[in-house]
Amino acid sequence: MLEKMLQLFRDYWQVFILEGLKYTLILSALAVFFGVILGAVIAFGRMSDIKPLHFINKEHKKKGFIHWVSNFNPVSFLCSVYTEVIRGTPLLLQFYVFVFLIPKIIPSINTFTAVAISLAFNSAAYVSELFRSGIQAVDKGQTEAARSLGMSKQQTMMRVVMPQAIKNILPAVGNEFVAIVKETSMASTFFVGELMTSYLKVNGATYLALEALTIIGIIYLSVTFTLSKLIGAYERRLNSK
Amino acid sequence: MIETVDLCKSFGDLQVLKGINEHVSQGEVVSIIGPSGGGKSTFLRCLNMLETPDSGQIFFEGVDITSEKINIDLHRRKMGMVFQHFNVFPHLSVEENITLAPTIVKKMPKNEAKERAMELLNRVGLADKAAESAASLSGGQKQRLAIVRALAMEPDVMLFDEPTSALDPEMVGEVLDVIKGLVKSGMTSVIVTHEMGFAKEVSDRVVFFDGGVVAEEGTPDEIFNCPQNPRTKDFLSKVLY
Repeated sequence: MLEKMLQLFRDYWQVFILEGLKYTLILSALAVFFGVILGAVIAFGRMSDIKPLHFINKEHKKKGFIHWVSNFNPVSFLCSVYTEVIRGTPLLLQFYVFVFLIPKIIPSINTFTAVAISLAFNSAAYVSELFRSGIQAVDKGQTEAARSLGMSKQQTMMRVVMPQAIKNILPAVGNEFVAIVKETSMASTFFVGELMTSYLKVNGATYLALEALTIIGIIYLSVTFTLSKLIGAYERRLNSK
Repeated sequence: MIETVDLCKSFGDLQVLKGINEHVSQGEVVSIIGPSGGGKSTFLRCLNMLETPDSGQIFFEGVDITSEKINIDLHRRKMGMVFQHFNVFPHLSVEENITLAPTIVKKMPKNEAKERAMELLNRVGLADKAAESAASLSGGQKQRLAIVRALAMEPDVMLFDEPTSALDPEMVGEVLDVIKGLVKSGMTSVIVTHEMGFAKEVSDRVVFFDGGVVAEEGTPDEIFNCPQNPRTKDFLSKVLY
């Protein structure tokens, strides 16, 4: 078995590494990069303080329908609906929807891009929760101290809260990257060329299923293991400061 | 300088302030004492709008700061606040803690802000710690830093919210000394405190809060030596032993 495996890797290493690993990493990097940007936007949307109907509560009622309507924040509402829908449905289902939907809107987009976009939108929902919890983990007293000095909401967020929240957020985003690397395997349903697809190809040509699976398993593991160790080391450095 | 008119505040069904009418004059030192849950801290936090009152008005230097039309940040600059839990910025150095607000809120040049920070640190005996991380200070040092951080904005009034309650007993003295020095220099101050001896020594007026109302107020001599209200008597008999 081991011999067969080594032989298989020698014959097909270009498919595994130059194709499979490459596309897995590209897909993951794209997803996390755009996921972080979009996720930050969603997190701030959810925590925003936009109450367009606030003026109707002239008597400052604290209960009932008027109170509820006047405190309604449409931005926050839409952002939380988005997060709930994405986190509450399977990734594979989202892949299908995006792969069928996006080319209908923009015909020039290929399947790989559609899958990458889908993965980014999926990741954004999870990353937005990481941002939100990272920001909310910063002691409320920090905000109060900054505001009591006359700093505006934005100044407080940028100069006091975010620099502290980022220490909570970065390691968590690293872990999200590790999760995404594994989730890209589901994109093989659409034969986009990542690691799992390279297994399908090699198995199709050789019928050495177990050997090929072991090879991509080892590649997945070495990527995720290395990343986890790097994140761990980075986290320790942050905490020792 | 500060005047509150019929100030009310509830948290849920609990009414914490039941119509407070108070007045703090220029140069006056007012101590607020009373049992826990009596509304002392909430009242103080309303004075710079860290808590939004449900009804009533607060006039600060002639402006109604409860009005939605005013920019509260402009008024907060003139009110320094010191918190029970210090709330120094742990991600910044001791010096940066002081220079942050003057440089970004008042747009003070960096050099000038640094010079002033060193003066202030000298005043509270922390000049040798200027470059250290604020997180590395002891409780008493953090609170002294928090006081000069507020002073760096050159406030017209200082609000102290139980400034020594979270300190180890041996550090209470160093913080009270700083506040005493400040009060003697003529700084208008409102101090919520459980240090009765301190309140007696520095105050021009003592206000006794109980059950969301001002139960009694007067000179330190009147309150501590011949309290009229039975609740004041009861409270003082429990804390002065």
